[in-house]
Amino acid sequence: MTLDLPLIWAGLIAISVLLYVLLDGFDLGVGILFPFARSPQDRDRMMDSIAPVWDGNETWLVLGGGGLFAAFPLAYGVLAPAVYLPLILMLLALILRGVAFEFRLHGRKRGKAFWTAAFAGGSLMATVAQGLVLGGFIQGVTVRDGRFAGQPFDWLTPYSLLVAAGLVAGYALLGACWLIWKTKDELHGDARRWAWLAGGATGVLLAAVSVVTLYVHPRVAARWGFEDGGFTADLLPFLPIPILGAAGLLIVAEGLRRREHGMPYAGAALVFLSGYLGLAVGFFPAIVPYDIDFRQAANADNALALMLVGVAIMLPLILGYTAWVYWLFRGKVGDDEGYH
Amino acid sequence: MDYDAVLLARLQFAFTIAFHIIFPSFTIGLASFLAVLEGLWLGTRREVFRNLYLYWVKIFALSFGMGVVSGVVMSYELGANWAEFSKAASPVIGPLLAFEVLTAFFLEASFLGVMLFGWKKVGPRLHFTATVLVAVGTLISAFWIISANSWMQHPTGFVILPDGSLRATDWMAVIFSPTFPARLAHMSLAAYLTTALVVGAASAWILLKDRAQPESRMALRMAIGMFAIVAPLQLFAGHESGALVLEHQPLKTAAIEAYWKSGPDQPQSLVGLPDRDAAKTHLEIAIPGVGNLVQGVPKDQVIQGLDAFPREDWPVVGLVYWSFRIMVGLGLAMIGLGVWGVWLIARRRLEESSWFLRAAVAMGPAGFVAVIAGWIVAEVGRQPWTIYGVLRTADSASPVGVGQVSASLLAFMIIYAIVFSAGAVYILRLIAMGPAPGPETAPDGEGRAPGTPLAAVPPEPEA
Repeated sequence: MTLDLPLIWAGLIAISVLLYVLLDGFDLGVGILFPFARSPQDRDRMMDSIAPVWDGNETWLVLGGGGLFAAFPLAYGVLAPAVYLPLILMLLALILRGVAFEFRLHGRKRGKAFWTAAFAGGSLMATVAQGLVLGGFIQGVTVRDGRFAGQPFDWLTPYSLLVAAGLVAGYALLGACWLIWKTKDELHGDARRWAWLAGGATGVLLAAVSVVTLYVHPRVAARWGFEDGGFTADLLPFLPIPILGAAGLLIVAEGLRRREHGMPYAGAALVFLSGYLGLAVGFFPAIVPYDIDFRQAANADNALALMLVGVAIMLPLILGYTAWVYWLFRGKVGDDEGYH
Repeated sequence: MDYDAVLLARLQFAFTIAFHIIFPSFTIGLASFLAVLEGLWLGTRREVFRNLYLYWVKIFALSFGMGVVSGVVMSYELGANWAEFSKAASPVIGPLLAFEVLTAFFLEASFLGVMLFGWKKVGPRLHFTATVLVAVGTLISAFWIISANSWMQHPTGFVILPDGSLRATDWMAVIFSPTFPARLAHMSLAAYLTTALVVGAASAWILLKDRAQPESRMALRMAIGMFAIVAPLQLFAGHESGALVLEHQPLKTAAIEAYWKSGPDQPQSLVGLPDRDAAKTHLEIAIPGVGNLVQGVPKDQVIQGLDAFPREDWPVVGLVYWSFRIMVGLGLAMIGLGVWGVWLIARRRLEESSWFLRAAVAMGPAGFVAVIAGWIVAEVGRQPWTIYGVLRTADSASPVGVGQVSASLLAFMIIYAIVFSAGAVYILRLIAMGPAPGPETAPDGEGRAPGTPLAAVPPEPEA
């Protein structure tokens, strides 16, 4: 039996991007919600809830970039120049919000205020930039001779802005659900309110993005069986995906109504999973929509095979100790929690 | 991509990676230092080690954070600015970078959380394990990145297929390319020296104000021990690296030493102003007849000069020449500081010598300067190639225009300037506070995270 290495690697990259979105999504979301906190104490508490894990969360983004470089170099070399400016914007925003974790503790009055703003603004900008990258990706990339051949601002369209707005709402929802899980008292109550608002916005924007995508991108529409304003039988196999998204939103709402602590996050994760699968259906097997598929972009088999050995050994370990760290910092963030 | 855009992309890469390397070269050593301190504390239960740990771990957290975020940049910048390089090199060094993420980055990031925030959650032994794992992670990371860089400097274990793409044929030859072991040793020792110099400078600074401060007395002695042992070792490791450069990249050696002409019995240039256009060194002070000796080859052996290579392949000779001299000069000063310190310790006059303490303070940044100078020698010296002899820098760049590269370069400079100055101020402020046995005072009333001073005190280890 021979392994289909490119397919395995496409799956691995897809999983690491999904894990990145679900994990860094909530800590970026906490940053997006930062300006709405009632008091400096609440902001400290919000930060304490993510401080031990944000670095590990962001490492999935490095695996996404490094993995794309190592497994699908052609896709890496075409996509990164295609979304050059939002990519750089994302990196700069991640720098500002990343150093803010430490810098907020050491700044005096003005310094602390600056890094508080940098954390909130950087989290928001990083999310917007990721949304623009995603929007530009779904729109498709102009490729000639295995190189990006489009214009510097191809990614900037009303469509990509809509996607970015949707991602901001979605990360805010993840952040609010995380805070419901990890905090108590007044902040916990605020997080519920934020989750209602962000959940509503996520539902509306996700629906809007889905509908607009069908009208704007004929190839995606064809995949979903959407023709002349109506659906064909091609839709049927994919129907569970939107149902999963709707179910996720209902679980969020039900969890909020029943005052559950963990349920809203689970629901929000399902919403993201649905959106993610929905996208994958739209352009699989393309890895650079819509000209390069994952087999064309794949690295040499011997490189993929070597890396698969590494992944087989390391990934269970990584997942194991990541889960252990989350378990270690389980429970509500309290007054006795704190910084080193 | 046009010439200006390539030049801007090079500037951007040089700027972002020089900024980045400052932090790993400090935190690799500091992580090991913290592991040693915690181990000593667990072993001896002497307060001095715990207080030193708590003092340096805050500085570690700040520096590590800056290293992480500036490192994330690198993982995407390769594709953004160097797409053609990425496509060409990935079949060979892709796995090396993937292994760095899998074996090092997750380990460091996850156990850093335990190390910084886990005092009350885990026992002392598990906490010590977390510190050790972070330290090991930093070294694993150095292993893979130096391996990838060494392959780019001297590529082995691959073939070029008829369609022009590269294919690895021998992974061991890729990972352990000939220059790798010496360069890994050179960089790891450099990281340890850099940290020791900072620790020594911070301790000396405190001692200049309070000669009896017990933690600083201990830390200064530990730092001097490192200078005395590691700095001479580094001279040896550096010489080994240099010998490999002569063997594999004779053009780089010619630039380092400003050998304009090939021949036996080369002179040893000490200082001067190399002029690439005139192919001579102005105002040079050189010792005739010892160049071959310094390079470790017989006097009658011909060493290639720059004239043996086409002029368009010459690197910027002056930059390589001077960076090398700065690195070596600082390295010799480090050895001197070590000898002086050991002599003072032997005569029990260490804290009395204000001149030594001042010199130790002055040498605090020397490690960073030497590391950056050394990397300039390595990276500028191998131009105009990204993969030496295989892929030229001009053919490595992305199809991205001048406008985008210059806009992003400017943005990087502004953001890095803000982050670097704020980080430097906070680190220097922490250093100036000194290792405090008692609860520290918060810089302002509100704003410290809840429970900061007391949460920081680890439980006593069990007997």
